[in-house]
Amino acid sequence: MIVEGKVWKFGDNIDTDIIIPARYLNTSDPQELAKHCMEGIRPDFAQLVREGDIIVAGRNFGCGSSREHAPIAIKAAGIKAVVAKSFARIFYRNAFNIGLPIVEAEKVVDASKEGDVLKIDLDRGEIVNLTQNQTFKIQPLPDFMKELIADGGLIPHLAKKGGY
Amino acid sequence: MGMTITEKILAAHAGLNEVKPGELIKAKVDMALANDITAPLAIKAFKTAKGKQVFAKDKIALVLDHFTPNKDIPSAIQCQEVRKFAKEQGIVHFYDVGEVGIEHVLLPEKGLVLPGDLVIGADSHTCTYGALGAFSTGVGSTDLGAVMLTGEIWLKVPPSIKLVYKGKLPKWITGKDLILYTIGDLGVEGALCKAMEFCGEAIAELSMDGRFTMANMAIEAGAKNGIFAPDEKTEAYVKPRATRPYKIYQSDPDAKYLFVKEYDVAQLEPQVALPHSPDNVKGVSEIGEIKIDQVVIGSCTNGRLEDLRLAASILKGKKVAKGVRCIVIPGSQQVYLDALKEGLIEIFIEAGAAVSTPTCGPCLGGHMGVLGPGEKAISTTNRNFIGRMGHVESEVYLASPAVAAASAITGKIASPEEVL
Repeated sequence: MIVEGKVWKFGDNIDTDIIIPARYLNTSDPQELAKHCMEGIRPDFAQLVREGDIIVAGRNFGCGSSREHAPIAIKAAGIKAVVAKSFARIFYRNAFNIGLPIVEAEKVVDASKEGDVLKIDLDRGEIVNLTQNQTFKIQPLPDFMKELIADGGLIPHLAKKGGY
Repeated sequence: MGMTITEKILAAHAGLNEVKPGELIKAKVDMALANDITAPLAIKAFKTAKGKQVFAKDKIALVLDHFTPNKDIPSAIQCQEVRKFAKEQGIVHFYDVGEVGIEHVLLPEKGLVLPGDLVIGADSHTCTYGALGAFSTGVGSTDLGAVMLTGEIWLKVPPSIKLVYKGKLPKWITGKDLILYTIGDLGVEGALCKAMEFCGEAIAELSMDGRFTMANMAIEAGAKNGIFAPDEKTEAYVKPRATRPYKIYQSDPDAKYLFVKEYDVAQLEPQVALPHSPDNVKGVSEIGEIKIDQVVIGSCTNGRLEDLRLAASILKGKKVAKGVRCIVIPGSQQVYLDALKEGLIEIFIEAGAAVSTPTCGPCLGGHMGVLGPGEKAISTTNRNFIGRMGHVESEVYLASPAVAAASAITGKIASPEEVL
């Protein structure tokens, strides 16, 4: 599984109210949520982001609420992966569960600038910053998690297996 | 080797004699909950996974508390979806307007969560029930959907940190001040994925309502759960409410902790979290003059009877400052009724405060007190992120009901000492 795209850089403690403010939680429609993604900190993000882009952020990304609408908004906005120094606990589970790949990689975050192009290879466990020509090793995802992401998240994955 | 209270509860629910931090377990769930925002997605997950029947009709609580009474048409539709599912599935603990309270005030009050339980909720403040000596943590809707299907959840056993509060609680110092001080010390990532175990003489002195407030905000330090060892106060709270057996767990004397912190509370002054993070905490005397437009007293953090009593004791016979909107929201119908019988509601209304039916409403900028550009609020809620209560240029300051009530009178953030 390979993700290649342009970097959107954010700081530490990007909370769920920044990712998707609660006033928009009267719907769970991904496209509606995507329109307001990151509105709290970068109001034009939803207009400017392009399919395939990557979010790179600091520590404790996704802290705050349990709202799954947060990773859903990010995914529906076109973001294909989030790389951060660390993730808040509930966001971490939610992202994998809805099929949004996330990677903890402190050095990649420090080295990456807004607009750089990253190539994330989840099979080989490596991230290449193509703009700066730097390669970083990351923990490769286990097979079950890659399968879960490829199926589109936990529920489609469970449904495929069936037997309930 | 000794285990902590968190490890003991997790081991018991995984059918194991012992668990260690870092271990992955599959655990049985005693109570699963969701609200009007998170339940629709969980129901969708349940149905997409071809779920026919929930694992147990009496172990799921569906609470319509966030955008209710319906704030707009899309919110009304979300509630309809949950109502329909609750009826189809015969969900026993379904709470709608008229009976509903804020979920984390309501569930303990109804005796639906008990000591030793394992509780999973699609709401980050599910950690509140740790006040009862239960393991409880928040998850997203997909995880909750899977729990509704299977009655189980996979969890990583968290390492525990021990927080010891020494000294006698000074006047006006509440559970809110202790937890804000702690988050200020640890930081919003300071307890990431860990269990926060609260203990010490000041904790023994603290009421159950104060303990709920503290456990409620464990997530604000990034924790998986917050927990208190049950004592005679826990038993007194739980006994008249419980309709099923429960189990009291205590940490072993040789239990292992990642680290231990000691706080001396004897000199503590009321604490305030400044915008835009719950760890941006200062003593009320250190923040200078901050004029406010709105006061909110309520929420899953501070919407219990003791909170309203404290606020009323300060507002009694006084008036909310001109130009300040003071909104009081009892956390449940029972809290509302008790406050009414005690004359607290009369005190609030005579002071010029607006009293609302239970709702999460303004805490997350939903309704019932949304902030406009440049407005400042002092609130007894739990988060002050950018745009949390409304416009991105509004500001939220977090504090206890005592500080909130005093601030309502002075029109600027104030210590209760300043108005009495």
